[in-house]
Amino acid sequence: MSPVVTPDTSSSGATPNPAPRTEKQMVLSVRGASKRYGAVQALGGADLDLHAGEVVALVGDNGAGKSTLVKVISGAVQSDSGSITFEGREVRIGRPQDAQALGITTVFQDLALCENLDVVANLFLGTESRHYGVLGEIPMERRARDLLTSLDVRIKDVRSPVAALSGGQRQSVAIARALLGEPKVVILDEPTAALGVEQTAQVLGLIGRLRERGLAVLLISHNLADVRQVSDRIAVLRLGRNAGTFETASVSQETVVGAITGAGA
Amino acid sequence: MSEVAGVATEEATQRPPANGTPPAPPARAGLFDLALDRLRRGDLGSIPVAVGLVLIAVVFSSLNGHFLAPENLTNLALQMAATGTIALGIVLVLLLGEIDLSAGSVSGLCAVVMTILAVHHGLNPALAVLGALLAGAVIGLIHGVMRTKLAMPSFVVTLAGLIGWEGLMLFLLGNEGMINLPFDRGIAQLSDTWMPPAVGWVIVVLLAGGHLAATLVTRRLRARAGLSVLGTGWVAVRSGGLALLLAAAVLVLNSDRGVPLTLVIFGGLVVSLDLVLRRTVFGRRMYAVGGNAEASRRAGINITQVRILAFMGSSMLAATGGILAASRLAAVNQSSGGSDILLNAIAAAVIGGTSLFGGRGRTYSALLGILVIQSITNGMLLLNVNSSVRFMVTGVVLAVAVAIDSLARRGAPDGVR
Repeated sequence: MSPVVTPDTSSSGATPNPAPRTEKQMVLSVRGASKRYGAVQALGGADLDLHAGEVVALVGDNGAGKSTLVKVISGAVQSDSGSITFEGREVRIGRPQDAQALGITTVFQDLALCENLDVVANLFLGTESRHYGVLGEIPMERRARDLLTSLDVRIKDVRSPVAALSGGQRQSVAIARALLGEPKVVILDEPTAALGVEQTAQVLGLIGRLRERGLAVLLISHNLADVRQVSDRIAVLRLGRNAGTFETASVSQETVVGAITGAGA
Repeated sequence: MSEVAGVATEEATQRPPANGTPPAPPARAGLFDLALDRLRRGDLGSIPVAVGLVLIAVVFSSLNGHFLAPENLTNLALQMAATGTIALGIVLVLLLGEIDLSAGSVSGLCAVVMTILAVHHGLNPALAVLGALLAGAVIGLIHGVMRTKLAMPSFVVTLAGLIGWEGLMLFLLGNEGMINLPFDRGIAQLSDTWMPPAVGWVIVVLLAGGHLAATLVTRRLRARAGLSVLGTGWVAVRSGGLALLLAAAVLVLNSDRGVPLTLVIFGGLVVSLDLVLRRTVFGRRMYAVGGNAEASRRAGINITQVRILAFMGSSMLAATGGILAASRLAAVNQSSGGSDILLNAIAAAVIGGTSLFGGRGRTYSALLGILVIQSITNGMLLLNVNSSVRFMVTGVVLAVAVAIDSLARRGAPDGVR
């Protein structure tokens, strides 16, 4: 069982962080990914680069190939052609487990939480700490609390069932759970789609803290306001191909919309 | 996380402000806070059932002074053990959002298997019981495989079981239609064994003391780990209340014949299954699959295995209930496991607060629910009321119990239902 990333774990060592992020390291690189479903060319040679400590927003109209690209990276489907490079070496992601093993984790839109279980139980679902089959509740609750605190996720009682939480809190729990496996890449599928203003702000704040942890974050979103607020780069897909990658800080809304719709081309 | 500043200087201002400092964990959760929090979620716990039991006791004892007499309460304990054990099995499958309609038939069939092994083949009673449990396990395995591998709805699988296993039982009983168990030894003695008074008290001390010790140890470990702990008042109320309740029960039972062995068996099953469900990884997975099977599957849980094990547990508990019933009757016959046993077992689980939709419920709901149902039956019999009235009253109680639960949860946030 891997230890949870907590802000105080590194305080004792001589090297505070294993990977200094003075310059952003390339973590994941997709080249020329293609996928055809029958007569539909969902992806037609798309590229994508993800760096450590960077939030990349993947945007595009419906049917642009966003979900297919995400599925290729997370192992849910296999691309027909193209290559994936992870931390400098070429890898094959044939199954979701392969992606997990590499350190690529995906938080899907439905969150996959058990609403009848409490926050701790959900965080450790499938990876419970145990002694001879008996749950180790205390270490789990402690790790859960430390993890949530380090992410600045505010949940009054980690023993209350997930059903009693707000939408933003649930999204935060799902993201926190993804972090327990110590991933290097986190893919978030429409994390703010069902949330109100206040809760969207909470989740965007959390995404910012993922970047601070040095994670490569891929954010799929329809909401350009959210994308502008939290991302470092915006990758636009159109009809299964790249329609431009922009630095969020310097690009105008019109340029992005133009790339999405193809009007500006 | 100090290098952050370099990454995002300008955007930081646009981003939502960090949500201040994390709140300090509550040092201790008071009795009142905990209770209020649960009520706000619409989780009434055992309160309605407890109130209902008190009502039943008051009504029946005012109509017939004998209702609360030690002898009658001892009979009540004997009467509820068999169906209560079957209800425990029902709780297991209900937790997964499944149903087991075959529990009654399976209890009858397994009791017949046990009796045939013991009487016709002269097997040692313990081995005969083991054989019956094995038969239950195989039946549960068949149900589970049909539910999971053939993707049949559990309602249909166990409806087929309800009919089919009863047929097999009748076939095994043959033309005579009944087999007697020897009265004075073996299985029948189970129902006529009573704990000496001292043993009854030892049980109280062990249970209440064990509960208190476990609570205190947990409290200490949690405090050491810097987690919130229960207030001392809450600990005292809980352990004290448990001790009082157990002591009262043993006092009453001791003033008659003593604590019946069948009650010890039933109670032991309730307590140990509760520990399995709430304290082990397996139990956690039962609740998880019942709450959201797809999420559990994605979390790497083998939901097929969990489901099959639940059906096996249900059938084995049904077998145990059947053995207890056969022991009490000192015979098996064509109506073993029949009539209203199945319906009472399901009603008991639901009245006790187990959800039909999965993911919510505890083994204590089987105990409380069967206590309600059996009290009504027992009281009505004392009053010489026709069984027509008894069925109507039981039906109303079932409906009211579920209505109270639904109404309480209506105000709660979505999903707690």
